[in-house]
Amino acid sequence: MNAEPSFISLQGVRKVYRGRKEDFLAVSDVTFDVQAGELVSMVGPSGCGKTTLLKILAGLHSHEEGTVRIGSQADSFDAARDIGMVFQQPLLLKWRRVMENVLLPAEILGLPMAEARARAGHLLEMVGLSGFAQSYPYELSGGMQQRAAIARALVHDPKLILMDEPFGALDALTREKMNLELLRIWGESGKTIVFVTHGIQEAVFLGSRVVVLTAGPARMADNFLVDLPYPRGLDLKTQKAFGDYTRRIYKLLGME
Amino acid sequence: MDDYSEKLRKWVLIIVMHLVAVLAWQAWITIGEVEPYIMPAPLDTFATLLEYETYKWGHNTLITAASVYGGFWLAVVVGVVLAVLFSWSRWLNDAFMPLIVSLNMIPKVALGPIFIVWFSYGLGPNILIAFSICFLPILITTTRGLNEVEPELIDLVRTLRASRWQIFTKIQLPGALPFIFSGMKVAVVLAVAGAIVGEFIASEEGLGYLMMQVQVTLDTAGMFMAVLMITAVGVTLYGIVLLLERLLVVRDARME
Ligand SMILES: Nc1ncnc2c1ncn2[C@@H]1O[C@H](COP(=O)(O)OP(=O)(O)OP(=O)(O)O)[C@@H](O)[C@H]1O
Ligand SMILES: [Mg+2]
Repeated sequence: MNAEPSFISLQGVRKVYRGRKEDFLAVSDVTFDVQAGELVSMVGPSGCGKTTLLKILAGLHSHEEGTVRIGSQADSFDAARDIGMVFQQPLLLKWRRVMENVLLPAEILGLPMAEARARAGHLLEMVGLSGFAQSYPYELSGGMQQRAAIARALVHDPKLILMDEPFGALDALTREKMNLELLRIWGESGKTIVFVTHGIQEAVFLGSRVVVLTAGPARMADNFLVDLPYPRGLDLKTQKAFGDYTRRIYKLLGME
Repeated sequence: MDDYSEKLRKWVLIIVMHLVAVLAWQAWITIGEVEPYIMPAPLDTFATLLEYETYKWGHNTLITAASVYGGFWLAVVVGVVLAVLFSWSRWLNDAFMPLIVSLNMIPKVALGPIFIVWFSYGLGPNILIAFSICFLPILITTTRGLNEVEPELIDLVRTLRASRWQIFTKIQLPGALPFIFSGMKVAVVLAVAGAIVGEFIASEEGLGYLMMQVQVTLDTAGMFMAVLMITAVGVTLYGIVLLLERLLVVRDARME
């Protein structure tokens, strides 16, 4: 037991989608804790309920059983202001310039715009897009658009970033680059990140903790800390310890 | 600069092609020795412009333009407002959309004589006929555009507790603009057709009425000139729509 209360705590979470013909059990008995500032990878095969869990964390879905708690007495959490989301698609508004896209959450929350604009400028710099604030999304590559989406997720300074396969639509090379970028951004911002992926290598490479989910029955198969030091570089993937972690996951998913 | 020369090339081509069409027309008349009451030569056609007393081009064109523009913009306003209401209320949509689709099956031209009974001759019935014939495409495309929002984008703004109004003004309406314009482009052609047919049956002025009058004397040149004027009214409106689209819709989002 950890003396410090965790930032996120999931206890026996169960989610059933009510269908027209029959109900579908999407998540069953998921229990894990996340400390503030952790980067948790959630990995599992397609359809195992990763997105569903993320939406429960985001407060977009209800759940049938169990408890979901985010924040603690010491570390308050305001569901409206403290969540930033990134999806597989960048979902930028085509008619807004990059800067205006990044500012969308600030506008919706009614934050003081002068400050938000300055902050957005810094964030664009951090994600390497400072020269593109006035570009339209169609002028950016897929990877650049996704970086803008990350800046947008950070602009209202949320405590928790939820990412659903954010690099899933990118080519392998860009994806590796974005992984390094994400680690740097995470290091600089100190946010708690829940990162959903079906890439086992990606999960281990990024995560300070990995939660493994298995499909049908949809439940949690494992939850472990990744004891590999940051900053991490691509050479990590050739090390034995890295291979041990990935093998552990492959085994759980019945692929060995 | 390249963009500029590209544009210039396009415009030169447009003008040249139109001139070629007129020349081909003249050549066909001269070489084929076509009877002027069957097919007037371009020069004879344009000569009718000088006989203002007979044709009253300015007045008749203004009248026709008034029905086309009146019916068209009325359709834009009503179509967009209805689409917005329908997107806000499922109930309104389910109750009225089928009714509107049924009403659309009425041959609008057949309403002409009824409109004359209601409103007597004049601009009013023509505007209504033009309106009724071109408003459905605008309603339908706008409705589609308003509903064409990626569900994940809605998820993203819902985590920020965006109000319905914010979702509407920041995401739905700007996202629907390209759809609205594609509906408007279809509607221009219909509005012109509607206004002219209205003038055939329910008017004592306008280019459609003029055509019916000069037809009696087999004045084909006058009829041709009237058709050209009608076309000019339509092309001008189309140009205005294109210009507005250029101003309001980001290039990437335009439906061309
Ligand atoms: N709205 C819904 N209604 C009914 N069933 C759903 C709904 N959303 C998801 N499901 C089902 O729940 C299961 C889990 O879906 P979820 O999207 O969470 O999977 P995932 O792990 O994110 O998959 P992927 O890796 O393909 O994105 C799937 O079998 C899916 O068919
Ligand atoms: Mg998913």
